[in-house]
Amino acid sequence: MADAEIIPLDPKDRRDAQKALEAVANTPGIEDFIRRRLSGDYEVDDFGYDEELNRTILMPLVRPLYETYFRVRTLGVDRIPNEGSALLIANHSGTIPLDAVMMQYAVAAEHPEKRLVRNVGADLVWDLPLIGPLGRKGGNVVACDEDTNELIRRGELVGVFPEGYKGTGKGWSERYKLQRFGRGGFIEVALRTKTPIVPVAIVGAEEAFPMIANLKGLARMFGFPYFPITPTFPLFGPLGLLPLPSRWVIEFGDPIPMDTYPDDASEDAMLVFDLSDQIRDNIQQMVLRNLKKRGGAFF
Amino acid sequence: MTQKRRVLVTGVSRFLGLRLAKRLESDPEVEALIGVDLEEPPVNIRGLEFVRADIRSPMIARVLEATKADTIIHTNIASSPALLGGRSQMKENNVIGTMQLLAAAQRAENVKKVVMRSSTAVYGSRSGEPSVIPEDYASRNVHLVGYGKDCAEAEQYGRDYSRRRPDVDVVILRTQNVIGPTVRTTMTDYFKLPVVPTALGFDPRLQLLHEEDAVDALYDAVMKDCKGIFNVAGNGVVFLSQAIRMLGKIPAPLLAPAAQSTAAFLKRFGLVDFPADQLRLIMFGRVVSTMRAKAAFGFEPKFTTKACIQDFRDHRIDELPPDPAGHPVWERELFEYLNQKSDNGREKV
Repeated sequence: MADAEIIPLDPKDRRDAQKALEAVANTPGIEDFIRRRLSGDYEVDDFGYDEELNRTILMPLVRPLYETYFRVRTLGVDRIPNEGSALLIANHSGTIPLDAVMMQYAVAAEHPEKRLVRNVGADLVWDLPLIGPLGRKGGNVVACDEDTNELIRRGELVGVFPEGYKGTGKGWSERYKLQRFGRGGFIEVALRTKTPIVPVAIVGAEEAFPMIANLKGLARMFGFPYFPITPTFPLFGPLGLLPLPSRWVIEFGDPIPMDTYPDDASEDAMLVFDLSDQIRDNIQQMVLRNLKKRGGAFF
Repeated sequence: MTQKRRVLVTGVSRFLGLRLAKRLESDPEVEALIGVDLEEPPVNIRGLEFVRADIRSPMIARVLEATKADTIIHTNIASSPALLGGRSQMKENNVIGTMQLLAAAQRAENVKKVVMRSSTAVYGSRSGEPSVIPEDYASRNVHLVGYGKDCAEAEQYGRDYSRRRPDVDVVILRTQNVIGPTVRTTMTDYFKLPVVPTALGFDPRLQLLHEEDAVDALYDAVMKDCKGIFNVAGNGVVFLSQAIRMLGKIPAPLLAPAAQSTAAFLKRFGLVDFPADQLRLIMFGRVVSTMRAKAAFGFEPKFTTKACIQDFRDHRIDELPPDPAGHPVWERELFEYLNQKSDNGREKV
């Protein structure tokens, strides 16, 4: 790298980064934390969630992104039950699943019980070096019935983005139009286990990483679901991976109870589709309402 | 069961078979204890009727008939090609051995229970696999190689047998990677390396089974009234990076493609035999649910995964130099260890 150039950070960004690092360095008992880390003396749960790492390092690092960069406004977070399991169903967008990270942070920071949302991630996430292990340590799990069932059995909050790649990989012209909700698997699980569903609308992720084009050939070559072209990527190289500073709103809706249906309701395919559509419409309305309320995308 | 048992153990000279036989020797419920293997067990087992036989030979049918065994404990599935003289020998032993044994057992009227040791390797190791794998997870096992493939194929014979002999309780135990102070497995070899190779950018969760718990689980599966397929593993998980820290070792992160050639290199120098399926294990790991075993035969491991690592770190019996008689080192380790524990020492039957 002979002609590497130094790009000066915006003073504000630098201050944020500094603040984040200072917050970590000033954490009480940080010496003990480092000692425990070096001797391997800490606990993780069966799924790999590392509570100590998450609260001490990861969350303080996400905080400036959440508070200052995206200026996330979180509404209705106390509608999430204080205990017991629930499925958080949210819209998905923005090429890189930052929306999952922000939703998780919103609940961990603003919910009265500071609960952890266990987002389910597609196979690709777990194939990636660094991202995969980090995702696990941050409390996320694999998108499959086995994991969802086990988390529900343990009374945890599960975050599901039923649009999957179709949500994150849609073009700019399709922004804030919810895509098909997979095959309704999450409804089946909710019906079978009688777990309430909390609809979630996330506004702002679309503008953070707007996809103007999708190079399908390159995507196939790398085995990715899509290869995004955005205003900054790949034009500015890795720096182009930085999201744009859009303004975000996350709204949690009222929980929809699932224990009012008969025991074998999950076997009723039509009911599953209907419910799936209903919830999708519900979230679509929440998205549009919040989009209007938010005003400008950046300022 | 009111009647006393006549128990036949295959692989009685290997770690699990031997330890189980040792456990059964003083059991009042056991009327006869028959051990089958190619080599004599390295320690004395009271009341053991040792038969030097290959489970692949027709002789095994005659042994079953003559001894009137009602319980077969099949532990003779090996994970390491090195101990058996190559991969093809290993497959021959694991798959064909199981096939022949169960074919013989199909004719044997006396048989009431068959307990097979398999492995969680049948689930393979992939990024998209469930975080906590239950027994009935339909593993897309087309990608299985080596040991995992052997176990899956051997299990198929077990299932076929169970279908043909509905009167027999067939138990398949899928044991997680075993570790402990005396056993020698791929895992223990791996963790004994001074510098532990890992895959750059990957940090899998590990779940381990302590050698004592493995023997206990096998014993309970034999003695308690149960049948079916059960995962057996310690509670909890640790990350590979965490395990390496706990052991005070140095990790050597390698790029995934380089890991393959490094494994071949280490194998050539006899340091560690780390087959391809194990390489995937250090990238993606594999954690199983043990709820079913807990409900069916009260399996409750004494060692958590973390305690397994601690016990391995603090109480590992170091290897002795190979002796001229040519016994593999692990057998001599066992010999020493069991002699310490056994009050009868080397008394001959």
